[in-house]
Amino acid sequence: MEYEPIIGLEVHAQLLTKSKIFCGCSTQFGVEPNSHTCPVCMGMPGVLPVLNKKVVEYTMKMALATHCRINEVCNFARKNYFYPDLPKGYQISQYASPLAEHGYVDIELNGGRKKIGITRIHMEEDAGKLLHDEHTPSSYVDMNRTGVPLIEIVSEPDMRSAEEATAYLKRLHEILVYLEICDGNMEEGSFRCDANVSIRLKGETAFGTRTELKNMNSFRNVQRALEYEIRRQEYLLASGGEVVQETKLWDDAQGATYSMRGKEEAHDYRYFPDPDLVPVVIDGRWIEEVRETLPELPLEKRERFIQEYQIPPYDAGVLTSSRVLADYFEEVAKLSGKPKAASNWIMGEILRFLNEEKRDITSCPILPQSLSELIQLIEDGTISGKMAKDIFEDMYTTGKGPQQIIEEKGLVQITDEEILKKAIEEVLAANPVQAEQYRGGKEKIFGYFVGQVMKVTRGKANPALVNDLLKKMLAGS
Amino acid sequence: MELNQLTIHELHELITKREVSSTQIVQSVFKRIETVEKDIHSYVTLMKERAFAAAADADKRIREGDITPMTGIPVALKDVLCTKGIRTTCGSRILHNYIPPYDATVVEKLKAAGAVFTGKVNMDEFAMGSSTETSCFGITRNPWDLKRIPGGSSGGSAAAVAADECIASLGSDTGGSIRQPAALCGVVGMKPTYGRVSRFGLVAFASSLDQIGPFTKDVEDCAIMMNVIAGYDSRDSTSVPLDVPDYTAFLSRGIDGWTVGIPREYFIEGIDPEVMEAMKSTIAVIEGLGAKCVEISLPHTGYCLAVYYIIAPAEASSNLARYDGVKYGFRAGDGRDLLEMYKKTRSAGFGAEVKRRIMIGTYALSSGYYDAYYKKASQVRGLIKGDFEKAFTQCDVILTPTSPTPAFTIGEKMDDPLQMYLSDIFTISANLAGIPGISVPCGFTRRGLPIGAQFLAGHFEEGKLIQMASAYEKNANLEKRRPNL
Amino acid sequence: MKITRAEVEYVAHLARLEFSEDEKEKFTFQLNNILAYVDMLNQVDTTDIEPVSHAIALNNAFREDVVEDSLNPELSLANAPEARGPFFRVPKVIE
Repeated sequence: MEYEPIIGLEVHAQLLTKSKIFCGCSTQFGVEPNSHTCPVCMGMPGVLPVLNKKVVEYTMKMALATHCRINEVCNFARKNYFYPDLPKGYQISQYASPLAEHGYVDIELNGGRKKIGITRIHMEEDAGKLLHDEHTPSSYVDMNRTGVPLIEIVSEPDMRSAEEATAYLKRLHEILVYLEICDGNMEEGSFRCDANVSIRLKGETAFGTRTELKNMNSFRNVQRALEYEIRRQEYLLASGGEVVQETKLWDDAQGATYSMRGKEEAHDYRYFPDPDLVPVVIDGRWIEEVRETLPELPLEKRERFIQEYQIPPYDAGVLTSSRVLADYFEEVAKLSGKPKAASNWIMGEILRFLNEEKRDITSCPILPQSLSELIQLIEDGTISGKMAKDIFEDMYTTGKGPQQIIEEKGLVQITDEEILKKAIEEVLAANPVQAEQYRGGKEKIFGYFVGQVMKVTRGKANPALVNDLLKKMLAGS
Repeated sequence: MELNQLTIHELHELITKREVSSTQIVQSVFKRIETVEKDIHSYVTLMKERAFAAAADADKRIREGDITPMTGIPVALKDVLCTKGIRTTCGSRILHNYIPPYDATVVEKLKAAGAVFTGKVNMDEFAMGSSTETSCFGITRNPWDLKRIPGGSSGGSAAAVAADECIASLGSDTGGSIRQPAALCGVVGMKPTYGRVSRFGLVAFASSLDQIGPFTKDVEDCAIMMNVIAGYDSRDSTSVPLDVPDYTAFLSRGIDGWTVGIPREYFIEGIDPEVMEAMKSTIAVIEGLGAKCVEISLPHTGYCLAVYYIIAPAEASSNLARYDGVKYGFRAGDGRDLLEMYKKTRSAGFGAEVKRRIMIGTYALSSGYYDAYYKKASQVRGLIKGDFEKAFTQCDVILTPTSPTPAFTIGEKMDDPLQMYLSDIFTISANLAGIPGISVPCGFTRRGLPIGAQFLAGHFEEGKLIQMASAYEKNANLEKRRPNL
Repeated sequence: MKITRAEVEYVAHLARLEFSEDEKEKFTFQLNNILAYVDMLNQVDTTDIEPVSHAIALNNAFREDVVEDSLNPELSLANAPEARGPFFRVPKVIE
């Protein structure tokens, strides 16, 4: 019997606004506990929420980027439950009327494309943080995160494998980061994902009983948790058991999902329209204003790079993986006029150097202008490829331009035939035996002479010229 | 006459003429408080020291010629309004020690206008009640008869003004909590249009119904207080960005040629005969002023109480979820775990009426019942609002009794929630429709208990209410009486 | 009876309230009286009637994305029944 997994994802993304969704407290991370709080986000008696307009606009951006329909009127609702990190005893969210619905994103897998439907995108507030004490029966509450804006993106149950789910998740992540509305940091929790998983016999149309997976804080863990859960459900069904509807947590260390302790409370959130907030009305004009601020999205950019710069799809994929990297590439490509060389340098040296130091392109010490100069110096023969690698290293460590390094180190390539001839004569005179061997047919040692000439010229000789001259002079002309 | 017996505008005139100082007025008020407070118990927190400091400050401003109509005037605040650094309890054990770090917008506005706060006054716990009998600080008594309740939930605000323990006060009105105690204590009380006065800093009971308003000794004072507290506030999303007229400009305009609607559904069996009699005389006075009284119909009136007793508890059940023993207020021990701490705290922190309403509200919103209760009630609310919209095409204002009976005796309705709820039967509709209402004294029963008349107007027509109530007040020739304390 | 004792217990748990047996009985009775009263709403035809959740129809009340001063953390914690260092302390959460 062959089973088919059915997966839907709920993604929570923190928005990169400066202030919280309903008050003026900063959203900045890593500050003293409870120092970014005020009467409003602490839910003190008598306070009222006022909606941050940026939150609406950022959510609209995501809605447009994922082909959603933006509702003309949307409302906030209260989701009521008790928890110490939820100071009002309810979370302000959207329920009956979310900001956007009925969208999709394309994912690419094994060379093919698939549409994954998006059910809805809505705005809500984040909860605070609860720290548990291992030694005493205590938990500690920090409300700095309370009221940080979130969007929740709910997918259709359209994914049929862990790979598809991961590809979808990466696509959402890429779009959010491209739009510059979320920093996408999964470890810190600014991009979080829960999954609903069920399986059914291939060919069936009804859905099986699903479980909800939580606590997966990396793409890798999402994939592993889903694979594990799919296998677990398959085993259960194949051995005559039943899947129980429950919430399961992923345990990274054990590589397994486990049920939450104790009995899970039935959810009865008693949603109702929040009387403290008024409806958000979005007209066509506002939508167009926001649409005009949308950047080119990753998939479009990828296709354009392949077309416009004639680079392979793989390169285009790497170069468009972030907006800043793509911009960097485009600048080098345009300035140097050599897109393929630009791509090679970035995919090779630049990313390798940055990765070694765990930096990203935003902090690259080499400016696009400098890299394009380097490329041009190779093209016009001023320096050799080998010299360029050395110069690149200097550029990376010092931040200087290639011209400056060449001048300081006297690194200009020797193209003067007279000087080169002299050097070759010197080498031949010092190696009479090898010269005889060469002339006697041992052509393999040609490389040895090239090396010796480079050594004498301290690597500055133009290799093509050296080749030419050496051949002629060895032939005895 | 003692200074504490005067009105805002009378005192303002004396202040302007430099005949009295704010400090003298405040002295007179605190002397009165010392004398009568043991009988009435209007206050839960006195702010004597701060009041004298504020009076000295006001006197300095007065000397410098920086005078508003409120400068130096002693005002009491219902203990549901947040006051920075001053305990704000809502009459509840669960907030018995809560000190807000901020001022409500109305408190800021009154402060800026130079008013002097005398203290925080008593109320039904979380404003849920019609008698001021459910406060954890004990009951407040009606100055006109100490065996009777002052009405509620703003009973402390009404009693303090009636007993001259302050010159004016602020209350809040979710289903009649300003107008009903104003009527029962013989003072003027106004509930403004929803959104006219900022709710920021008003501890929420039912957010879509709550509104702050003034208690005063006459209609002119009501206009003066409204001039200060009304207006848009960016901290309250439901506050309306509309200009506020000068309400004192409506005081002497008369009502000649007006049409006053008398809704037939409000003149029903169960109204006290003396209240009915007072209404008839009120109609006679109004007609004498050139207005025409016509019968109108508000067909969904009979459903108001039912709608209210779904919507208000539903919102309250959510608004009161924040009282969990974590961030502020009362906590009952630690318990075995968090759940036990929650339950013990909330069960011991809230009184019976509050718990009853949390239960009704939680039930009405719970899975499977939302449509039958909350949604249905919200739909009928739309119909009630529609009734008023239609009515105000036929009349300028509507006249009703404020309360079906005068003040009842202490303890009389405590064991029968529904009977208690019926006390608000004429006031609830204004909250549901969001329209403004005013209660003005319109006579006394033979036992000497005050009776109030309620006028209602369309959205943002507080000016019309002041015009109407002022004309009536000037011409009713009611006997000038003071409670015998 | 609209509401059973079991439902009263369920609703009490949702609202994080607990009652003695006597109170449960009294509450069941009183809630039933109130619910019987509000049943009159079923007489009203509300087909196609929009629910009203705001008395005054407003929309788009926004604030700009500007950071304002937070409360001094000492004030944030000043009313806490129990604070430990910069945190609110609560009894252990048992899930």
